[in-house]
Amino acid sequence: MSEQAADYSLAELMICAGAEAFRGDGEILATGIGLLPRLGASLAMRTFSPDLMMTDSEAWLLSTPNPVSGMTTTNGLNRETWMGFSRIFDNVWSGRRHALVGPSQIDRYGQSNISALGGTYAQPKVQMLGVRGYPGNSISHVNSFFVSAHSERVFIAGECDVVCSVGYNPARLPKGYSFDDIEIRQVITDLCVMDWQGPNHQLRVLSVHPGIDVQEVIDKTGFELAFADVIECTVAPTQAQLAIIQQLDPLNLRAQQLKGNPSGRRA
Amino acid sequence: MNKVLSAEQAVGHIRDGMTVGIGGWGPRRKPMGLIRALLRSDVRDLTIVAYGGADVGMLCAAGKVKKVIFAFVSLDFIPLEPYFRQARQNGSIEVMEVDEGMLLLGLRAAAWRVPYIPTAVGLGTDVLKNNPDISLVTSPYDDKDWVAMPALNLDVSLLHVERADSRGVCQVKGPDIYMDDWFARAAKQTFVSCDEVVDTSYFSQSEEARYVFWERAVTTGVVEMPGGAHPTSCAPLYGVDVAHFHDYNKSAANGGFQAYVDAYLSGKTEASYQLAVGGIDKIMASPQTIY
Repeated sequence: MSEQAADYSLAELMICAGAEAFRGDGEILATGIGLLPRLGASLAMRTFSPDLMMTDSEAWLLSTPNPVSGMTTTNGLNRETWMGFSRIFDNVWSGRRHALVGPSQIDRYGQSNISALGGTYAQPKVQMLGVRGYPGNSISHVNSFFVSAHSERVFIAGECDVVCSVGYNPARLPKGYSFDDIEIRQVITDLCVMDWQGPNHQLRVLSVHPGIDVQEVIDKTGFELAFADVIECTVAPTQAQLAIIQQLDPLNLRAQQLKGNPSGRRA
Repeated sequence: MNKVLSAEQAVGHIRDGMTVGIGGWGPRRKPMGLIRALLRSDVRDLTIVAYGGADVGMLCAAGKVKKVIFAFVSLDFIPLEPYFRQARQNGSIEVMEVDEGMLLLGLRAAAWRVPYIPTAVGLGTDVLKNNPDISLVTSPYDDKDWVAMPALNLDVSLLHVERADSRGVCQVKGPDIYMDDWFARAAKQTFVSCDEVVDTSYFSQSEEARYVFWERAVTTGVVEMPGGAHPTSCAPLYGVDVAHFHDYNKSAANGGFQAYVDAYLSGKTEASYQLAVGGIDKIMASPQTIY
């Protein structure tokens, strides 16, 4: 274990927390959607979860993750198999995948939304992406959430405007299923790390980031939270982790992902 | 047999009210030349099935569309397709919004001539609530609910590939065929534009036939259109025209689709379109996206 860094950005702290979500995952496809989640999944594969599989975000599986910045050629990538979009679904439906994704809304049941906001199905107020692969991901394999700005707009008081992914909502549990068939692993935000292992799968705070008060998490969440018996401080990146992150992102695109690129140690 | 025809002849097979599948994915390898021919036609009230990008946005903006069957419509680096967004927020189109994999299963069901394919995908989500026509079924083998994803039977599919011969043997050497093979198989008629028509003997060289993913019987017609995927990519030949998409995106906020039509479509052939966007050499020089 290398020494913990004294100086690191919030983005780097969140990348390391994101990597932790994949700890213990064996030989499954690790997918991080978005630059910081992808760096998290890549860091996990480069360190403590070496058996993970990863795509190049186009059409190949790679035996080692490729950098997210600074690539001028795809020559020299360590390809191990073709993985076009149609084959992704063969993997998804087998259950051998863990995706770290960033929904626009997450509700108390762990249901999430990237499709649309407000209005109706016939006429949404704000059209976003559509449900994409969320329904299939959520019923097929492990998912974790990555939220770059923890707020009541993301962690909403009501149910998601469009329920794109299945969660722990008893009213929507399909016939023949139990909550054991659904796994939402972790939630990494700019304030804290959480899981869904509170009473009746309530969202539970596990750790808060350095300098963050639990009260701020409560104030910025639109529904009631559970709390671990001991709420830790999120573990700081090690020097070794920061060095690998730098290799994976030599152009430091990670510094542009969070507004103002705050330090990981907030006063 | 010679299946080569013009873009106008190809889209001439599309009639009002038909269901049209469009291959490619977001901003990648879309049959945009055929879409432009469709935009110039009088056809309307189409149901579009696609992993959508500007193809869907343009057809919506031009008033060609009655309904879109989709899982997303996105330009990737511009996440929200501006004209699809407008159409949705104006309530001007009907939709069937399903998971990406459900769309694939719907195409497979059509290709295999079965009425539906059972899947767990969609369970517990608003996909079922919003699409009451998608039924749940029970299985003779367990006690679970299963979603019966209905066949998405297409009247016509429009695809773009790198190479084809006059008999409809189509080659995709780019890294991903997306769902093009299923679009081809799910449709009664499939029209394929290509960057290059080659002699049949081309496919008997070395490994070339390994990059052919459906049989020629599935291909109804072949349209030779070098650069025909522009402004989308056709890897490994050319990349996405990022600047053009930024202009397209800006037009939605400034001038609307008519401004884009005036600049690039109105009164233009594919050849004069290509001149308006800088010429075929510029199209072919668009750098590949490195993901």
